[in-house]
Amino acid sequence: MDSIKSIGEAEQEIIEDFSLFDSWEEKYEYIIDLGKKLAPLEASSKTEENKVRGCQSTVWLVAEERNGRIYYRAESDAIIVKGLISLLIRVLSGHTASEILEARLDFIRQIGMTSHLAQTRSNGLLAMVRQMKNYAIAFQVKNSAS
Amino acid sequence: MTASASISNELDVYAIRKAFPILERKVKGWPLVYLDNAATSQKPFAVIQALTDYYTEFNANIHRGIHTLAEEATAAFESTRDAVRRFIQAESREEIIFTRGTTEGINLVAQTWGRKNLKEGDEIIVSAMEHHSNIVPWQVLCAEKGSVLRVIPVTGKGELIWEEFEKLLTPRAKLVSIAHISNALGTINPVKKIIRKAHEAGAIVIVDGAQSAVHLDINVRDLNCDFFAFSAHKVYGPTGVGVLYGKMQLLEDMPVFQAGGEMIKEVSFEGTTFNELPYKFEAGTPNIADTIALRFAIEFLESIGREKIRKHEEELLQYASERLMEIPGLKIIGQAAQKASLVSFIVENTHPQDLGILLDNRGIAVRTGHHCAQPLMKLFGIPGTVRASFALYNTREEIDELIVGLEKAVHLLKR
Repeated sequence: MDSIKSIGEAEQEIIEDFSLFDSWEEKYEYIIDLGKKLAPLEASSKTEENKVRGCQSTVWLVAEERNGRIYYRAESDAIIVKGLISLLIRVLSGHTASEILEARLDFIRQIGMTSHLAQTRSNGLLAMVRQMKNYAIAFQVKNSAS
Repeated sequence: MTASASISNELDVYAIRKAFPILERKVKGWPLVYLDNAATSQKPFAVIQALTDYYTEFNANIHRGIHTLAEEATAAFESTRDAVRRFIQAESREEIIFTRGTTEGINLVAQTWGRKNLKEGDEIIVSAMEHHSNIVPWQVLCAEKGSVLRVIPVTGKGELIWEEFEKLLTPRAKLVSIAHISNALGTINPVKKIIRKAHEAGAIVIVDGAQSAVHLDINVRDLNCDFFAFSAHKVYGPTGVGVLYGKMQLLEDMPVFQAGGEMIKEVSFEGTTFNELPYKFEAGTPNIADTIALRFAIEFLESIGREKIRKHEEELLQYASERLMEIPGLKIIGQAAQKASLVSFIVENTHPQDLGILLDNRGIAVRTGHHCAQPLMKLFGIPGTVRASFALYNTREEIDELIVGLEKAVHLLKR
């Protein structure tokens, strides 16, 4: 098994990556590259059920649990959102439900991407974070019931 | 020749910009380039000052008070009604109803005229380019009354298909509700012609003037529309106020919308008689401050001259349309022959949202998305567009900034 970084460590790593950039262009260039590299979701996962509602861009999110850890995969039709998703997956995927629920995801603010979490309905990132946590709750409930 | 015309027929955009304090602002270190005017326009100093003056000098509830402040506030409030009457050239001030905005105006007609006059099987006609605000109120009404919503299709250029409209004008058609200007495409619809045709078929017409009141010289008598709705905040006025114009006879025959204070004549527990027009439709304490400030927006527009503004905005539209075509892969959505000063576009292999985010990082405000016209976007087979919409204070230099911003954004996204 690969040794998994803690959520805090992964966040710190991203903050350090971003500290290397001087301009917003460089930051976005990096995010866009991450978006392009994100593995596409298979067509069968791009269902209405897996859609996370943002107003402008569409995000599809799937989650599965293996050995008590939650793994996420996601895609969007907009590239910047896709890059931000890639960061969220890097931070949250592979952790336990309780770790995911405790994550404050402060790195988003620290890398200067807070505006993407704003309540403007303009993109799905906030809804995405919420949905990732909802999956964690769902798996937690399922496990405690069984 | 008037004195002002002899000085210049050209709009002095740089002088006008000085009247809008927000245009001094920087966004993310860049001078603000505000090209989201179809969503809401910025406010001139006179409008902002009017709001402050009201609250510092004569804030009082209107129509009832006997004291000086109440009299001053009432006079200021009612003088806006006169200014609006003049602005849209209505016959009388009683035909001017203050609402919260265009959406409320349309809902008012649906819930009063519609509820009283429509029955099962009757038809309401809208077009495929309507804003959700001119679709959903009718759907709600149809669900209640068993009436049917019919849709005039549009061409690939974004124009109404006239023959299809004529086909919809059957004896079942009772009401046509149509955007004067499409917020998503900029198309100026031939409403005068539509109204004449609809009237011949026995249908009344409501014009959604949300986008047109700021760009076109509105004359409701010449149009002969039955209702005309618009919002103050899109004509350089404050948010939270709108106007519904209705022909006197129709308004008189309509049941009340909301009930409460202001709109009553006499109340007893046995029954209540309602106030006269326009107060019959203005229940409760209205948005006094913003209504008062609307007059200053109208006077601001009148002081510059509608014709000068129209010419300036047309030049901006033409310049923007030409320059946008320099961007490889860019396609303008909405190429109607008659267009208002807004351009909707997409760039191949990019998502509108990505373009919007990157433009914002250069201080350029555009609208991206479906513009509350999802059925229209579906028709064009796109998730949305980028929309740059121009106002009287926009400049060619700002359009140049948009082009540079777009080139950089497209470069970043397509690398």
